Amino acid sequence: MRDLVRNIRVLRWRVLARHGALALTTLFALIPFVWMLSLSVKPPEEIFQPEFHLWPQKFNGLENYSVALTAAPMHLFLINGLFVCATIFLLQLLVCVPCAYALAKLRFRGRDTLFAAVLVGLLVPPQALAIPHFVLLHVFGLLDTYAALILPWIISTFGIFLMRQFFRAVPDELIDAARLDGLGEFEIIWRVMIPVAVPAIAAFGIFSVVAHWNDLFWPLIAIRSEELSTPALGILLFRDDEAGQFLGPLMAGATIIVAPLVVAFLFAQQRFIDGISFTART
Amino acid sequence: MSGIALSAVAKSHGATPVLRGISLDIRDGEFLTLVGPSGCGKSTLLRIIAGLDAQDSGAVVIGGRVVDGLRPKDRDVAMVFQAYALYPHMSVFDNMALPLRMRRLSGAQRLPLVGALSPGRRPIEEGIRHEVEETAALLDIGHLLSRKPGQLSGGQRQRVALGRAMVRHPAVFLMDEPLSNLDAKLRVQMRAEITALHRRLGSTFVFVTHDQAEAMTMSDRVAVMMAGELIQVGAPDELYADPRDMRVAEFIGSPKINVVPAAALDQGTRAAMAAVPGASALAFRPEAADICAPAAGVLAGSITGVENLGADIFLHVAARPAHSQGALPLIVRVAPSGRRFAVGDVVGVNPDPARVLQFDAGGRRLKARERVAA
Repeated sequence: MRDLVRNIRVLRWRVLARHGALALTTLFALIPFVWMLSLSVKPPEEIFQPEFHLWPQKFNGLENYSVALTAAPMHLFLINGLFVCATIFLLQLLVCVPCAYALAKLRFRGRDTLFAAVLVGLLVPPQALAIPHFVLLHVFGLLDTYAALILPWIISTFGIFLMRQFFRAVPDELIDAARLDGLGEFEIIWRVMIPVAVPAIAAFGIFSVVAHWNDLFWPLIAIRSEELSTPALGILLFRDDEAGQFLGPLMAGATIIVAPLVVAFLFAQQRFIDGISFTART
Repeated sequence: MSGIALSAVAKSHGATPVLRGISLDIRDGEFLTLVGPSGCGKSTLLRIIAGLDAQDSGAVVIGGRVVDGLRPKDRDVAMVFQAYALYPHMSVFDNMALPLRMRRLSGAQRLPLVGALSPGRRPIEEGIRHEVEETAALLDIGHLLSRKPGQLSGGQRQRVALGRAMVRHPAVFLMDEPLSNLDAKLRVQMRAEITALHRRLGSTFVFVTHDQAEAMTMSDRVAVMMAGELIQVGAPDELYADPRDMRVAEFIGSPKINVVPAAALDQGTRAAMAAVPGASALAFRPEAADICAPAAGVLAGSITGVENLGADIFLHVAARPAHSQGALPLIVRVAPSGRRFAVGDVVGVNPDPARVLQFDAGGRRLKARERVAA
């Protein structure tokens, strides 16, 4: 009985310690966001004051946010972001799903070599390809267009890998049954594999959209025109002005572009976790 | 006209042969079972007939037409799988309608959204609906058409899988261990239903199983496969009474046939069991021997177990033949009306010499003719 009590006590300490450690790391991750929110509602003179207030003495939120929304075509950036991310994702699926199906379920010479190539592709950082991509787009005269934002990303080795892992778990019998029922290979993909793989597609969608919504590096290289800017790039317009003067609106703009992702994440949290655990499982 | 003829079908995975030249004629309308232990190549053979795998050599003829190189859908065969392989995202109705839609609707008519508007689709869909409902009623699953496979029990999924195979009236049904995922009681019931279905449809059925009881109770003919070879093909009672190979004798029949190595017996016992020169193993079925007094028996030993099944009682006897190192386990059937036996009783076992099957060292059967000659 005493042992039991002691065990429970030890267990409780362990739980507390674990949650304490997690809370601390969460705090570190959240501080910049809190900082951003705090700055986005402060008037310029308060931002550089020596004493710190989380909540401003003079609430300047309305002004900052209205500047953020009007000084730059923020709605245009958001629409661009939406269009670019959606197009990238759809084209990625068009490439990934058939590739993943072939790698997971078809038997052909060189399959393992191709899959090894996909794994190597996973290791290559996208920055390493920036200059070849830039040169290629220049040759085709596509720089500073939507195509420049989209084309380099449509072959996603990560997507091929993720979908292939998921497809491998689909029983072969199901595909054999489909072949006997008269489905061709593309129809098997369309009518059997995609409906079965909706969770994997959702997980990949989250990864893809988050990556390209937040991407600053590539749009910075590929885009010059303000009207083609994605949200992350658009935010930089505020930076160009007098230092400090626009920090409040800059943070307000950052809040606006982060908000859709945070909302989407809250809705799709479970899917996101599922998506990560797939790749770990198989 | 939908018999199947296999001639010298061979297949290997790398260096390991899976099928070693299988030749087999399956008659039109026949229920043929491929039976054998797991890994004997029976499922591979079925997949080759279906066109899901390609053989390395040999030919497959279905209904008088060489089908090598034809895709599964062009062979006029349907298959029922072990795990049913129903499409999890489609309703039972859509599962059963899919093979008909694939055959009757054009590519354009099958497109999502656009297809629904295309002219001429409506009457075809009506026809499909009618046929699916008819088949579903036949299998007693009419009330399940709007459900998803995940909401069905194992037996119901099995019926849906059968329905999906039946709905397009194929010439040949291929079944790959379709009963092995069901519980024992349901399995026995489905055996009867599948044989009844076979009688009603009159199509050719090729049924794969590792369960000799399924093979014996359902089939017109049974083909026993071992290690990629076809060992014997025949009617169930023929295989039981007249096995041509030791492995067939041991595989068919439950309880298993009793095998007595000839070397374990003395001269007198061998003579009493009518052993011929060259026989290395003598085998007799549990019902081909009598229990008698220990002194009067050809073999004798003590009872180690009594299995009372009601209609039959099986006695497990540990016999001790003259030259045997350890005990030789035998099983003998006795009628429940006779004498009662208890574990530990010492009894004699008297095999009927006319029903003793004899095998040479290679496991081949020594036939009665050869016995007379010798």
